[in-house]
Amino acid sequence: MRKLAHLLQTGEVSSTELVRRCLEQIKKTQPVINAFITVDEEGALAQAAQSDARRARGEALSPWDGIPLAIKDNISTQGLRTTCASRFLRNYTPLYDATVVERVKQAGLPILGKTNLDEFAMGSSTEYSSFGVTRNPHDVERVAGGSSGGSAAAVAAEQAPWSLGTDTGGSIRQPASFCGVVGLKPTYGRVSRYGVVALAPSLDQVGPMARTVEGAAVLFSLIAGTDSRDATSTGASPFQVPVWDPKVVQGLRVGVPEEFFSTGLQPEVEAAVRRSLQVLEEQGAVLQPISLATNQYAIDTYLTLVTAEASSCLARFDGVRYGERVAAEDSNTMFAKSRGAGFGPEVKRRIMLGTYVLSASHYEAYYEQAQRVRTLIKQDVARAFEEVDVIITPTTPSTAFRIGEKRSPLEMYLSDLYTATANLSGICALSLPCGYDSRGLPVGLQIMGNHFREELIFQVAHVVEESVERGAQREL
Amino acid sequence: MNYDVVIGLEIHVALLTDSKFLCGCSTAFGAPPNTQCCPVCLGLPGTLPVVNEKAVEYGVKAGLALNCEVHCFSRFDRKNYFYPDLPKAYQITQDTYPLCTNGFLEYYIDDELCKTAITRLHLEEEAGKLIHSSGSIVDSEYSLVDYNRAGIPLIEIVTAPDITSPRQARLFLEQLRLLMRCIGVSDTKMEEGSLRCDANISLKPEGSMVLGTKVEIKNLNSFRALERALEYEVSRQGMVLDRGGKIKQESRTWDERSGKTMPMRSKGDAPDYRYFPDPDLPPLRLDPAWVAQIKDTLPELPLERLHRLERDFGLSRYEATFLVNYPDFGQLFLELAAAGEDNTALVNLLMGDYARLAREHGHLAPQRIAELLTILQEGLITQNRSKAVLEELFRSPLSPREIVREKGWEVLRDSSQLGAVVQEVLAANGDLVARYRAGEEKLWGFFVGQVMRAAEGKADPKLVNELLREVLGKAD
Repeated sequence: MRKLAHLLQTGEVSSTELVRRCLEQIKKTQPVINAFITVDEEGALAQAAQSDARRARGEALSPWDGIPLAIKDNISTQGLRTTCASRFLRNYTPLYDATVVERVKQAGLPILGKTNLDEFAMGSSTEYSSFGVTRNPHDVERVAGGSSGGSAAAVAAEQAPWSLGTDTGGSIRQPASFCGVVGLKPTYGRVSRYGVVALAPSLDQVGPMARTVEGAAVLFSLIAGTDSRDATSTGASPFQVPVWDPKVVQGLRVGVPEEFFSTGLQPEVEAAVRRSLQVLEEQGAVLQPISLATNQYAIDTYLTLVTAEASSCLARFDGVRYGERVAAEDSNTMFAKSRGAGFGPEVKRRIMLGTYVLSASHYEAYYEQAQRVRTLIKQDVARAFEEVDVIITPTTPSTAFRIGEKRSPLEMYLSDLYTATANLSGICALSLPCGYDSRGLPVGLQIMGNHFREELIFQVAHVVEESVERGAQREL
Repeated sequence: MNYDVVIGLEIHVALLTDSKFLCGCSTAFGAPPNTQCCPVCLGLPGTLPVVNEKAVEYGVKAGLALNCEVHCFSRFDRKNYFYPDLPKAYQITQDTYPLCTNGFLEYYIDDELCKTAITRLHLEEEAGKLIHSSGSIVDSEYSLVDYNRAGIPLIEIVTAPDITSPRQARLFLEQLRLLMRCIGVSDTKMEEGSLRCDANISLKPEGSMVLGTKVEIKNLNSFRALERALEYEVSRQGMVLDRGGKIKQESRTWDERSGKTMPMRSKGDAPDYRYFPDPDLPPLRLDPAWVAQIKDTLPELPLERLHRLERDFGLSRYEATFLVNYPDFGQLFLELAAAGEDNTALVNLLMGDYARLAREHGHLAPQRIAELLTILQEGLITQNRSKAVLEELFRSPLSPREIVREKGWEVLRDSSQLGAVVQEVLAANGDLVARYRAGEEKLWGFFVGQVMRAAEGKADPKLVNELLREVLGKAD
């Protein structure tokens, strides 16, 4: 990304050229990959022209002024349709920009368009989009992962140098892993959620996706920091891209939780991750077997809380102001029918589950119980970070699966097995490619760091990135 | 059979903050529909609430004035239900951990001081306003939504079932309104909806310890409606119980026209609000020092003032109540009394013609009232004439002395001048003088009246009596 910034600075490439190249690549690959729901050709070119004009006047807003990005379609963009991949919001155009969008605009980044996702970010494969599935650029018969599948695939297919995704239980890291890109789920509260259409507010975070660790770090530096409009962002500190220093790993205590290397893990995934661990050890890191025993409850806890919160957050989509109103004899029937028509199957399933776990007679047994387990998970993670500096695991149990392969919702939910713990405990976690399986599909490595330790996990990721043999880094 | 009446009230008070509870929009009443809203109070996807500190301050103030425990830890919960006026399909309120609990309000029923316990007081947001094309949502062809009101801060105050008569309920609510106005947190206008009240009422056999089945009454839009609806319920429930029937637990609505309560929904239809902690808002933590500071800013509360007026100023309950119920008069009274005016003369003036005129024209400057009282006391004008001066004060910018001078209203105190008038009057009524002297004593009044009239109302009645006595001597 620094190279790109340099080219822009020296005038060897213009923002307009960059945007055109992206738009051409989108035109060429979109019909197959389907990473975008909306491509804003006109807007992106206009913003690029403005960027070029700024540069010509020597008034670049940032070193990254003019490098375009793609934004997940559950992040509000003023004047640019934001659908959440739902029929309900097919024609919804926000009146305001999300804070993260404001911030990337302030840095001068043109917006190429809005990327595909599972409807309202509920899913792990982008198959639940009402705008069609996003295909994995490494194998178009396979999923790109989800729910930020579009953002991951757009970066992997070189349609955009970087993108924004959201992560509630793994929705940045899992597609990053499947598509062979870098993705960060920041510490809860470090990035504003204002303008992000909520799935589960206690877990949601916006994060960067890029082809390199540095790219992700740069984009993260543009969006991180406190926002007075998000009461849960208080205490979040800004982030500066570090000077890369391989010595960081010397004496670094790397926790390797046995629970993440157990049955159900694809052997090639385990092999690639272990190879990276070995590389770190060779460079002076100390590998420490640890236990995160509560991880076995992560998915159940996660699902209980996500469905509860989502059932409430999505209640506003009731046919009064959004979606197509289905006429009925009274308002309650109108709500029910409009919601029945507007939501896809996975969303309905989760709303029903969430409504159930919050109902007066089940609240204690499910929601409250899940909150208690969440506390235990937080304690477990906190304990682990007393012993180690980072925790390294596979990002997902397997590489990208085939479209239509996961038939049952439960199978799909298990895709988040290794990632949900970071959301439940609020810590930061990053996924980066660490090799390929025998089919040539990328394997993702997850580095978890304690609250606000993004700099450390980026440093470690940078070392892994440099050390691991994999396909040449491409940066357009 | 005789029954004990058990009443508890739930009161909503709209707080007089300049901006809304969870966003920065104006709260001014009466603006054109949907001109005071923003993405947050419209509940647009992705928006987040931020608590208005002023609303918390007012809530604390109200809690302190109601002798509550103010909790330094309280929490916001979501109350989930579908209704077209509710932008997010949930209301942000405080369920499990309210801001205040365990208070009381004291007030008089006739001469008896009584006390009603306050169970809790919590903060919540107001919904929008529906404007139906017909009478109600059920029979309307269409309904419009005005979101100006959505998000205005409310406090909900819940009393214990301590109230034993409809009249007491009204007196309680009147005292509560007085208190809220006194501390300046609300204008409490029932007709504008800034004070609303629901009532729970049940009957039990006289002396019984077992509570009867309660009925909730809604749509009580005035103090009169509250009292009448409760009276209606007392007799309705009494008749049902006398017949050996059972009271159905239900919500009923007060119908002003028919003077009856009508069933709305029964317990079986009672919605499950699926309360849970709002993940968008961290718990509310108050600094005890801040709460103490607010306590210090509380003005003299109505009951304290009532007692002080009686104790320190020798006013009757009736007079003191008047001054407390009309705090502007109370203020004027205290100011003038402090300046040394005679309490009795002052309160008589304020409660008499002054009250009528001030309601029509607004208050006079205290100095002008003081001067009026002074010249009256000095005997510059007669008591009778003071009314005319008072009327004139509301019309003219002149001071009382100037008015008296201009109009020539000074009391005639020159005994030679007045003596001449007396002589004239007696001379003109020689036959009556003879009758008086013959013992017709009741003619005295006639002579006084004639002299007063001849002196154009300016004569000092005392002097007139003296002079007449001199001339007529004692009737024998």
